[in-house]
Amino acid sequence: MAIISFTLNGNVETIDVVPDMPLLWALRDTLGLTGTKFGCGIAQCGACTVHLDGAPVRSCVLPVTAVNGRNITTIEGLPADIGSSVQRAWQDVDVPQCGYCQSGQIMSATALLSVNANPTDTEINSAMNGNICRCGTYQVIREAIHRAADYIADNELASNSLATNALEKNEDEAGGAV
Amino acid sequence: MNHLPFKLDRRQFLGSSVATAGGLFLGTVWHSELSAQFGRPAPAVVPDAFIHIGADDIVTLIIHKPEVGQGTETSIAMLLAEELDCDWDKVRTVFAPVDAVYGAPFQGTVGSMAIRTSWMPMRMTGAAGREMLIQAAATQWGIDPYRCRTGNSLVTDIETNESLSYGSLAEAASTLEVPDNPRLKEASEFNLLGTPVKRRDTAVKINGQAQYGIDISLPGMVYAVLARCPVPGGTLLSFDVSATKAVPGVLDVIEVPQGVAVIADNTWAAISGRRVLQVLWDEGENATLNSTDISAHLHELVSQPGVVALDKGDADTAREATVKTVEARYEVPYLAHAPMEPLNSVARVNAETCDVWTGTQMPGIAHLSAVQACGLPADQVNIHSQYVGGGFGSRGGGPLVAESVEIAKQLGGVPVKLLWTREDDLQHDRFRPVSCVQFNAGVDASGIPVSWKGTVACSSFMGLRDGIDRESISGLAELAYDFPYVHFQYHEPGITVPTNYWRSVGLSQNTFFAESFIDELAVQAGMDSVDYRRTLLADNPRLLAVLNLAAEKVGWNGPPPNGRFRGVAVMNGFGSFNAQIVEISLEAEQVHVHRVVSAIDCGSVINPAGVVQQVQSAIVYGLSAALRGEITFEQGRVQQTNLHQYEPLRLKEMPVVEVHIVASDAAPGGVGELGTPAIAPAVTNAIFSATGKRLRRLPIDLA
Repeated sequence: MAIISFTLNGNVETIDVVPDMPLLWALRDTLGLTGTKFGCGIAQCGACTVHLDGAPVRSCVLPVTAVNGRNITTIEGLPADIGSSVQRAWQDVDVPQCGYCQSGQIMSATALLSVNANPTDTEINSAMNGNICRCGTYQVIREAIHRAADYIADNELASNSLATNALEKNEDEAGGAV
Repeated sequence: MNHLPFKLDRRQFLGSSVATAGGLFLGTVWHSELSAQFGRPAPAVVPDAFIHIGADDIVTLIIHKPEVGQGTETSIAMLLAEELDCDWDKVRTVFAPVDAVYGAPFQGTVGSMAIRTSWMPMRMTGAAGREMLIQAAATQWGIDPYRCRTGNSLVTDIETNESLSYGSLAEAASTLEVPDNPRLKEASEFNLLGTPVKRRDTAVKINGQAQYGIDISLPGMVYAVLARCPVPGGTLLSFDVSATKAVPGVLDVIEVPQGVAVIADNTWAAISGRRVLQVLWDEGENATLNSTDISAHLHELVSQPGVVALDKGDADTAREATVKTVEARYEVPYLAHAPMEPLNSVARVNAETCDVWTGTQMPGIAHLSAVQACGLPADQVNIHSQYVGGGFGSRGGGPLVAESVEIAKQLGGVPVKLLWTREDDLQHDRFRPVSCVQFNAGVDASGIPVSWKGTVACSSFMGLRDGIDRESISGLAELAYDFPYVHFQYHEPGITVPTNYWRSVGLSQNTFFAESFIDELAVQAGMDSVDYRRTLLADNPRLLAVLNLAAEKVGWNGPPPNGRFRGVAVMNGFGSFNAQIVEISLEAEQVHVHRVVSAIDCGSVINPAGVVQQVQSAIVYGLSAALRGEITFEQGRVQQTNLHQYEPLRLKEMPVVEVHIVASDAAPGGVGELGTPAIAPAVTNAIFSATGKRLRRLPIDLA
């Protein structure tokens, strides 16, 4: 057995499991976070995608020892800014059908948009190709990622203008001094 | 969506989940799912199965068709809410338990029938509720009910403009007699039906909160995987547990009728324990089964006379009119279902009760199966339906539930979650059967068929009636084209590989066969493949209309974009009609499908957004199979171990799919499977157009 300590969705978790247990089963069975799904067990379908220090990984083949001291994010702790834009787009386009693969799809999409705020179709193809959907929602996934990119851009615009406003306000209060 | 974990005392089971006790309960009952399909008489209405209205105005709709991704949680709720005239924003939904009132023992979703079988009963139920609420309001006001209008969960007196909320009327309404024959809305009065309504289950499916069977966790629950004989029909000889029991977390190894179960305190330990389990099997009669022999067997059968499955028309007249005979032989392989959520079932059995938590297409069958496996009276057995992570025919409920109950029986009341790994899923699925057909068509001087004949060899999974498996010939002998003479013969090949429904069932292979062969005949006749079908469909206006619509939308009269080639196929089934035209290109023996134009007529549309989703989904499912889907046997074993060897379509391969719906006020047809059958022949017909090579076997192999 091995004592593993890692940050999970912002909280430190310590578990005692066999060292070869994939992170997926530690999340689902040991820690009770079932949003991350089992689909194939060999990193072929992407249903188990989580973020390891912000990058998408397949938790079904990642031994839990590999996350000791690292940062794991699951669908339950999706980063607020980009993640919520992705979820909003998913909701607006009504992406899920059976929905089982969608945690993994959303984790992959969020990871993509975190490093590429405005991906092309080709970039989406490449980032999302490891996530299988048997209900065939690919067309709307593509649409939702573009839409999420728009939302993120809108948010940035809004927060930039908020920041500008705040800055101007501060400047006014400071009597125009810079 | 919440789940109803109780017996069918509906007041009691809703009591814990409905905010306010009391209120109006309402339902309908029907005798048989199957006879319910078309034109049956209005159902008798009985109380309290489908609708509960709380004093707080919250309307709880009980959804009896499992949500498998096909959208029933939304569409069934729409049917009830439309006629009830309630506020959609104050609707909540719960899954039904198993009961005859919900269709048990056939309660479930199969055959694209959820809407077809619910269209009238659910509307009647909603309408009955509305009339009872009106009556309650009219009595309270002392006025004629005709003065009352409804909308948004309010009854309004049109003369005084006074309103009463459904919540305030529910208690009084529940004491009234349920009307036998409530007035249904005209289509022009619909507010919800026919409009694109957002899915009710999206919110919980984008944040990890939706609970599938695999997510069930109960206090003290243990985990199991099952070692089954790798060869179909094999039996257990002996097993050695020593290595398995040494695996940390493994609790026990037990024998059940289906194999050897490894019980552990987590899933990974169960999987690890099974990996080192030593089992000896008697592999039985299938020990040397292999796909080469299976194929050869089918080819031999179709060259011999079989049982006459259909003989329609005048053979002599057809023979006289025949100027040329065209023959061809087609074949398809076994297919696995591979839903994203691997099969799983949680069971708990003690002396008095058996409880099963699972995502199943058929809660009714799951219940029967659990009753049989546990030996308890039916009313002590409960099925708790969960969200289903894809079914496509794989989740019939029976064998999986039996396995979990057999394991749970030996665990003295401890709940156990049985998981099929993906390897289990591909190895032990019950497959879409192999099939082979020998066609023989006689054509007249203009190349139009005067006889349509064939011999089919296809494993039965429906059971034979008069020596015939109807699914094996559906869409093949009985098809949309009305030929003067049709004659089909059938062989049950006697292969004992387990088979099952697979999205669109017999049509999944037979539309490929028929629409490819029709294309061959069009080529023989020197005719354009759309024009040829138009000629043959002169007496089938609905199918002709979708063909014309698809041709128009794709721009059939003009050339395809440079480097692209088109193919067409049509089909009708499930009470609906579909034409598909694809645009493909070829590159290094790979086919790329760029665009699919799909025109459908599914009669009255409940939720057009849902229809588009289903057609897109069904096309992807069919395209996955056409491009790569194949399960093969060697030494009695399935050779495909996981998704790298049974690889569904991926995002970068996704064509642009356009769905065009023909407006219709006919009764609704099914859409869940509608898009699957025509995609394979549309693609292979496009490949013929590109290369002159006729593909007569799936999956597509351009080498």
